[in-house]
Amino acid sequence: MQDTTSMLIELGSVIFALGLLGRLAGRVGFSPIPLYLLAGLAFGHGGILPLNASEEFIATGAEIGVILLLLLLGLEYSASELVTSLKTQYPSGAVDFVLNAVPGAIAALLLGWGPVAAVALAGVTWISSSGVIAKVMRDLRRLGNRETPVILGILVIEDLAMALYLPILTALLAGLSLAGGTLTLLISLGTVGAVLYLALRHGRLISRAVSSDNAEMLLLVVLGLTLLVAGVAEKLQVSAAVGAFLVGIALSGEVAEGASNLLTPLRDLFAAVFFVFFGLSTNPADIPPVLLPALALAAVTSLTKVGTGWYAARRAGIKPPGRWRAGGTLVARGEFSIVIAGLAVGTEPRIGPLATAYVLILVIVGPLTARFTEPFARILGSFLPARAPAPPPAEPAEPAAPAEPTEPDPAHAGG
Amino acid sequence: MGLTARIRQTPLPGIGVRYDLETEAGQHLSVIVQEDGRRVLALRDPQDDDSCKDTIPLDSDEAARVAQLLARDPVAYLHQHLEIDLVTEHIEITGRSPYTGRTLGATQARTRTGASIVAVLRRTAAFPSPTPDFRFATGDTLVVVGTREGVDAVAELIAGG
Repeated sequence: MQDTTSMLIELGSVIFALGLLGRLAGRVGFSPIPLYLLAGLAFGHGGILPLNASEEFIATGAEIGVILLLLLLGLEYSASELVTSLKTQYPSGAVDFVLNAVPGAIAALLLGWGPVAAVALAGVTWISSSGVIAKVMRDLRRLGNRETPVILGILVIEDLAMALYLPILTALLAGLSLAGGTLTLLISLGTVGAVLYLALRHGRLISRAVSSDNAEMLLLVVLGLTLLVAGVAEKLQVSAAVGAFLVGIALSGEVAEGASNLLTPLRDLFAAVFFVFFGLSTNPADIPPVLLPALALAAVTSLTKVGTGWYAARRAGIKPPGRWRAGGTLVARGEFSIVIAGLAVGTEPRIGPLATAYVLILVIVGPLTARFTEPFARILGSFLPARAPAPPPAEPAEPAAPAEPTEPDPAHAGG
Repeated sequence: MGLTARIRQTPLPGIGVRYDLETEAGQHLSVIVQEDGRRVLALRDPQDDDSCKDTIPLDSDEAARVAQLLARDPVAYLHQHLEIDLVTEHIEITGRSPYTGRTLGATQARTRTGASIVAVLRRTAAFPSPTPDFRFATGDTLVVVGTREGVDAVAELIAGG
């Protein structure tokens, strides 16, 4: 009885505080993710207002939050969109992976964290935040721009790659043997392939089976199905998040639209709980020591993302200004870096504070680089004597890139 | 229909679909259809044809109104040639309507008002030319064609007047 009461009071204050923070973020026109993380830090062990009674509830809520994040991500895409993006943009996806995952892996090895943490940190630095980036492109009114489909294509490939990456990471974290890991990977590859095939060929049938005119029934069926599939996937060591993502992919058309309308508020609630939970499990005292590595990693991976966007846009025949815009837009990391770190934190606790600091920096810097990379590159270009680096040759322009987002980085991360 | 304008279609995964039109006069117009129903009009920047000079976000009502203005209205065309004053209107069946859960035949709409219910739009599907035994549900939207007076009379009938 006592426990229930104090749980309600704690939970109420946490959610209320999140609501106020979210409103504040909306006022300023920023993503609320950094504020949620900070709130989690404040409520956690070693924070300003440690919680006791509601931790268990928040932990469960966080789990549901990850599942809903991936379900809605899956609902956003249709199987044919995934296949088209994969067909046309796989070289950019590969460049994206190499340029952005490798720095994370190297950083973890340099810090002496071992190979498993290296795989996890590689994921943290690799995946851009689709949520933040889509919002930034709307806010900057760039939906009509020619580089926009290129940027979205990269995000799609990253999200699809998550369906392979997460099971591998889960297997590694669980310490499975090579044989066990391979089996897990094969299961997940098979499942992803089967779901894509089913969704492409029989998407209508699946959707019709789930469809209902009644909002309540639709909500219960889709939520129930997702949790069930996520649970089974987890049992098979494939990762609950991937199961949820695949359910999202399999649903299409009217059902997907209805379900995402119904589930978006739920996702927002539980995703906020998830970010808080992640902050909760990080001791704020652990952050200052990792601040320098996080800043360095943020600076390097901002540059590599700009390089990725530049390359991808160039492949699509877009002129230099658009290439810079594409690069700057991709810098933001957010929800999925935290999801990956959240999975890894049980095995390698040191990844928590680093990922928190890293995401805090890039979720704030990302929208700024999206806005200012192109003007900055232009100004820089006008200072260079001969205008050789700007137009056709690809490689000479690269030296201009490193100088560029380093400038906004420290300036804005500090303030 | 002899639609000769070439419109290119680009999927924007997670956001919607973009339609690009190169006009006869050589200008570029994009319409972005977002998944949430909102529309964005965008004009290319002649200085940098990869980016947009201006974009105009429209909510779904605004977009529908603009579309009405842009499209050649088939009813107005009839009006010009046949000298009858036909209008088309969407009438929703609310929970308070006496016909929610009853059939189209029960309304006797055509006999009583002269206007026709030519389609019923439901969240899951559209039903063109519903038969008299078609059963209405709350939230259905009726597409009614008739004279101004006739359509208004159907609206009143459905609302329970």
